[in-house]
Amino acid sequence: MPPIRYSRVVGKSKSYFMFLFSLCALALSGLVAAHFMDTNGHHVTGMTNRVVWGLPHVFAIFLIVGASGCLNIASIGTVFGRQDYKPLGRLSALVSIALLIGGLCVLVLDLGRPDRLIIAMTHFNFKSIFAWNILLYVGFLLIVVVYLWFMMEPRMKIYSRKVGVFAFVWRFILTTGTGSIFGFLVARKSYDTAILAPLFIVLSLVIGSAIFILAHSAIMRFGERPLRVPLISKICKLLALFLCLLFYMTLVQHLSFSYATERHGVEKFILAEGGIYTFLFWGVQILIGTLLPLIVFLVPYFNRLSFLLMGCCMVLLGGFAQLYVIIIGGQAYPLEIFPGYIVEDGFFSHSIAAYVPTIPELFLGVGGIALVVILVMMVIRILPFVEESSSSSVH
Amino acid sequence: MMNDNSIDHYRRRFLKNAGVTAASAVGGVQLINFANAKSDDQAVADSVRWGMLVDTSKCATDCTACVDSCNEEHGLELFDRPESDVQWIRKVELQNKSTGHQVSLPMLCQHCENPPCVDVCPTGASFKRDDGVVLVNKHTCIGCRYCVMACPYLARSFVHENLENQRSWSPRGKGTVESCNFCVHRVDKGEQPACVVGCQSDGHKALLFGDLNDPDSEISNRANTISSRELRADLSLNTAVRYEGL
Ligand code: SF4
Repeated sequence: MPPIRYSRVVGKSKSYFMFLFSLCALALSGLVAAHFMDTNGHHVTGMTNRVVWGLPHVFAIFLIVGASGCLNIASIGTVFGRQDYKPLGRLSALVSIALLIGGLCVLVLDLGRPDRLIIAMTHFNFKSIFAWNILLYVGFLLIVVVYLWFMMEPRMKIYSRKVGVFAFVWRFILTTGTGSIFGFLVARKSYDTAILAPLFIVLSLVIGSAIFILAHSAIMRFGERPLRVPLISKICKLLALFLCLLFYMTLVQHLSFSYATERHGVEKFILAEGGIYTFLFWGVQILIGTLLPLIVFLVPYFNRLSFLLMGCCMVLLGGFAQLYVIIIGGQAYPLEIFPGYIVEDGFFSHSIAAYVPTIPELFLGVGGIALVVILVMMVIRILPFVEESSSSSVH
Repeated sequence: MMNDNSIDHYRRRFLKNAGVTAASAVGGVQLINFANAKSDDQAVADSVRWGMLVDTSKCATDCTACVDSCNEEHGLELFDRPESDVQWIRKVELQNKSTGHQVSLPMLCQHCENPPCVDVCPTGASFKRDDGVVLVNKHTCIGCRYCVMACPYLARSFVHENLENQRSWSPRGKGTVESCNFCVHRVDKGEQPACVVGCQSDGHKALLFGDLNDPDSEISNRANTISSRELRADLSLNTAVRYEGL
């Protein structure tokens, strides 16, 4: 294989700057939204003492698991030695870092006391999965930065595989940690299952691969570089495999819940009577996010760039819906404190909790996504991250 | 050492002392002689475990004396947003699905011996004092709400609003989480929690508060002679709040 040449992507057109400007406006509005929530208190959001984690958490976890999964592309190149993936390694690591930073910003800005971030970094309760996650996220950032450096610095290149393997393992632990935030909530019937950890790992591979394909294709197009469609199609096939795995895990999760009598209530809620959650599950997660993209990725007729990219967008919608159902649907379903009793209190503790996200929450989440894109655009403008040419076909 | 699988700690102590002082316990709440009252510079003793016994047969439907006293004591302001307003104690009305039997009771932090909120708190802001009272350190809580997710009793509240008229003895903070603290500022002075006093003043005497580790305390004696249960006993949290007649 000829040496891969990388160069910077320096946009000069008016539309490039317009796009960048809009992104900055969005990121800024996210900050304003966070400030608004901070000064008024969280009552200006749709969150309550029943649904304590709302839309910002869905965005944050979406970006964080996406970060872990996105690095998989680099892993395939360095750890598993697949030559055709190697040119993508740098960008994969960069997008991964940007996603993690974006996700963490949303998570931190949604805290009741974001100003106490330093306390979160200095006071650790090692029994808390959350505390472990903080360490795992920070560690991930450091490892990926070193990984990138080793990939980019010719003298260090020989070590890049070692760091790659380390990052690969770290990713698994990290996503296990994220899934366990929910999986270890023993008091809640909607969570409290070990399957959430592997499910999050597969979900991260699904979301991360789809984000990478979209990011890579957009950058190649706007940077006027040749895009290797056969490679994109190959990654989509891999994504289809991850989707099947995710579907299988979701199936096992719901089958096991349906088997346990004590979980029948929550199952019925999510699968049949949950209103928006039921719709998101069947309509968005399963139909738009799983079945349709599988058809697109596997039926030869759809093996064209536009269809494949559309398939990736659908996958992202499905992944987002899945997180929404897990995170918010899981909280909306009431805790059972008094089995065998009809319960009434002024707090509606035993009915389905209502949650409607508000505009500030939406802006905070979208602002996080805008920040991710800005970060990627800025870095590829300054450093050579994107492959310049390729021997494969140009579309 | 505590044995997780065995009958809980204080119940074992009760059993040891069974039959010794049963008679004196009957007759509702009576003020406990707080031999354990401590001055401010004294450390909290782990020989004590504060607990509460709720007699649901005495708890009146539609009575909110305990809730009102608590709100007053801690300056908890309500904004007519029941789902986001803070509640340290709430009244719950229950009806048995098969028998139709109705019960009224207060729900508050159950002050578990193994509190899930303390386990999950990333900064250690949620903690348990040596005397078993579960508290939140207002200075290190970052408002992540993980403890609210973890509490099996929905006993924790996140402060969603700006605060005014704070009580000097019960400092609070917007953007942090809080819950019943068993009125430690009163208990440390040898007084009863506000809800217990409120319930008594209203003449119901449904709440009995005291040291579960003291075999001679009224609460120990009563818990020893009548049957009471902890909520979500399946989680083995060994709560310090117990309910009779449920
Ligand atoms: S909200 Fe505060 S007390 Fe609760 S887990 Fe988070 S940091 Fe700890």
